[in-house]
Amino acid sequence: MNSAGIIAVFMAALIFPGIILRTKSIASGRKGPGIFQPYKDISVLLKKGSIFSTTTGTIFQIAPAITLASLLCAAFFIPFGKYGALISFDGDFIFFSYIIALGRFFSIIAALDTGSSFEGMGANREAFFSMLLEPAFFILMASFAMATGYTSFTDIFINFYLSGNNFMLIFGLLGIFVFLQTAMVENCRLPVDDPKTHLELTMIHEVMILDNSGFDKALIHLGTYLKFALYGLLIFNLAVPPAWTLPVQIACFLVIQVVLAVIVGLIESFRARNKMNKNPKYILTISGVAWIAFIVILLVGERFIN
Amino acid sequence: MNRKYLDIKANPAICNTEDIPVLPYHEFNDVVSGILAEESNHCLAYFAVPTGENLQFYIAIADDTNNSIILTSFTAERKSAVFPSLAAKFFQLHGFEREIHENYGIQFEGHPWLKPVRFPFNRYNQDSVIENYPFYSIESEELHEVGVGPVHAGVIEPGHFRFICNGEKVRHLEIQLGYQHRGIEHLMLTKNSPLQRCILAENIAGDTAVGHALAHAQLIEILSEPVANETLHIERCIALEMERIAVHIGDTAALCGDVAYQLGQVVCEALRTTVINTTQLWCGNRFGKSLIRPGGSNFPLTEEVANNILKMLEDTGRRYVEMTDRILTLPSVLARFEDIGTVSREQALKLGLVGMAARSSGLLRDIRISHPFQFYRNFEVHPVYHSSGDVLARALQRKKEVEESIRIIQSLITRWKESKTTVSRPVYHDRLRPSSLAVSLTEGWRGEICHVAMTNAQGEIQQYKIKDASFHNWMALALAVRNQEISDFPLCNKSYNLSYCGHDL
Repeated sequence: MNSAGIIAVFMAALIFPGIILRTKSIASGRKGPGIFQPYKDISVLLKKGSIFSTTTGTIFQIAPAITLASLLCAAFFIPFGKYGALISFDGDFIFFSYIIALGRFFSIIAALDTGSSFEGMGANREAFFSMLLEPAFFILMASFAMATGYTSFTDIFINFYLSGNNFMLIFGLLGIFVFLQTAMVENCRLPVDDPKTHLELTMIHEVMILDNSGFDKALIHLGTYLKFALYGLLIFNLAVPPAWTLPVQIACFLVIQVVLAVIVGLIESFRARNKMNKNPKYILTISGVAWIAFIVILLVGERFIN
Repeated sequence: MNRKYLDIKANPAICNTEDIPVLPYHEFNDVVSGILAEESNHCLAYFAVPTGENLQFYIAIADDTNNSIILTSFTAERKSAVFPSLAAKFFQLHGFEREIHENYGIQFEGHPWLKPVRFPFNRYNQDSVIENYPFYSIESEELHEVGVGPVHAGVIEPGHFRFICNGEKVRHLEIQLGYQHRGIEHLMLTKNSPLQRCILAENIAGDTAVGHALAHAQLIEILSEPVANETLHIERCIALEMERIAVHIGDTAALCGDVAYQLGQVVCEALRTTVINTTQLWCGNRFGKSLIRPGGSNFPLTEEVANNILKMLEDTGRRYVEMTDRILTLPSVLARFEDIGTVSREQALKLGLVGMAARSSGLLRDIRISHPFQFYRNFEVHPVYHSSGDVLARALQRKKEVEESIRIIQSLITRWKESKTTVSRPVYHDRLRPSSLAVSLTEGWRGEICHVAMTNAQGEIQQYKIKDASFHNWMALALAVRNQEISDFPLCNKSYNLSYCGHDL
């Protein structure tokens, strides 16, 4: 049953983008496409060949595959409730974070490889913002590690609510907030980035993949959907105690994924995006929330450690 | 009457070419400097007309205090032509001097920015091609250049933007246009059928079909026989205001789209459709093409269409106000609009901005008020302007102008119902008043539109000059993004929504 996590990630990835799209369509008074439209688009892209600019080299050609592979790899580390992850070892959340960072690194150097001034700008922004975001994840996971006494995703999540202490509920909520915000920033959704825009100068992630086409572009899109699902599953693990029975967990899982997607869709419908130079402050705030969890642990921490 | 310049208190204005004083250049320079030193005067057109070995230079200046158009001229030989630049003192003339320089090789000494404008096929220096435009550049380790266009990701016209950036911050923007040049001014002379010229005028800038067609129709009418039909005048004003409303609402949608505010975007897009569909109901074309013709109209307003317009305006107006009230108070939108792309009143004056770009910087320039034409002569337009000059001011400007235009149309339709004279069919005149120069101004949604025509002794059009508001206003965009973030450029661009083809002709 250790593959439950992976299956869940794929399921979430399957419905997530479609629900966001549908929510946005309905919020803007349109009917909107079916929930699986993003995958129909991807299947079209997969049938196409890729065109490579003459200024690009090998890096540009291998980067989309590496990025997707790194995300698939990261999916092995996330458990589903009491069913542990496929791969689990002490400190695996650090590995998780940096395997994703490896994928990002390749997408950044691939963007630089094109030699386009836009893509360089996008790469610069992506590197900067993800650098600012990194502390949030680590501080939060460090707090969890201190609270539970374990350092792998599987152990942390299995033991999260075992102590029965009410304080864990606060950490759960803070964690959900941080993971949701991280997911939004990592996936370049509003308010940090606008995935729908056609304006090269305002893009972050989209501008980095301007030169990608066909098959490669499909891989990149799959990667972003997967990334959302990874965080969706992390949120599920925080929100649902592993002690619950499997059917209840599956139901909770689906409800949480749909609700998350609807929340993202609604946020994107009813607000404008940030001004670019406000983004660093916005992202640092996420780290700030993670710090709150960390400090609470430091202050009242002793008791939780078994 | 003074002998330095001709002052005509009419719009459209007409005079015999020989009545325009011809001064020596130094005197011309003094006179024009004296006139332009006044804040209320700005240049409408400044162009050269080849007459054999010589070039005859004409300048038309709008005087907003006396509601008049000032005309004066000078002659120069083609070969020995080096003049001290007027644009060095009055930057608003920079475009005109560049154009003359590009067409006839005249040197303007001291001109700060003597670069090509639109690369016409008969330009003086055939070596100057669009591929080797002399961009301004700075050598520095810290700075980098970003070139955007001429092919863009969105559905916009071609134009090249060259940014010099320090990281995310724009230090300098140079806008290179000319990709849309179709030689309309030349076609106006070679296409001799009057109907063809009307169609050409409608296509100078696709989003200002009514504005340009009206400027052209006024010009032809004053050169043949002026029309005094009040009903026709009212109908033309209604068409012009409909165009203004449609574009302003569409641009509000685009502004929301640029800051990713989906609700504002989809609502305003839908509202714009209702407006242009009503125009289509009237004349069969959503952009009002074929609606404006000299001497009359093929599509006189009917009771049914008028009622439809009223009904549509009431509904659209209410919903637009409701939506913009929400847009312009939403914190996340305000954070993107406020203090972005500011152009001060001083800068606006210096650049000679016109239309809504000037009004949103606190400079009240409105041809409907200063040089009233058509039915605006007997009708008061309330001035709308804002002083902050940022994207928010331009967004507010559009909202207020839509509200004002709705008021105008509503009362115009009331007047129209009272004054029902029959509107005749258009008259296409082959022979125009000989040896004359006529200037026609209208206030399109973007701002002042100026058409100038000169006829020869046989009554044929010898020279036709067109100036869209964009010709002045593009420089405002370049200034607006200075020291802004490069990611705010699209927003600034959209807030002006200038015409590429209106500039390139």
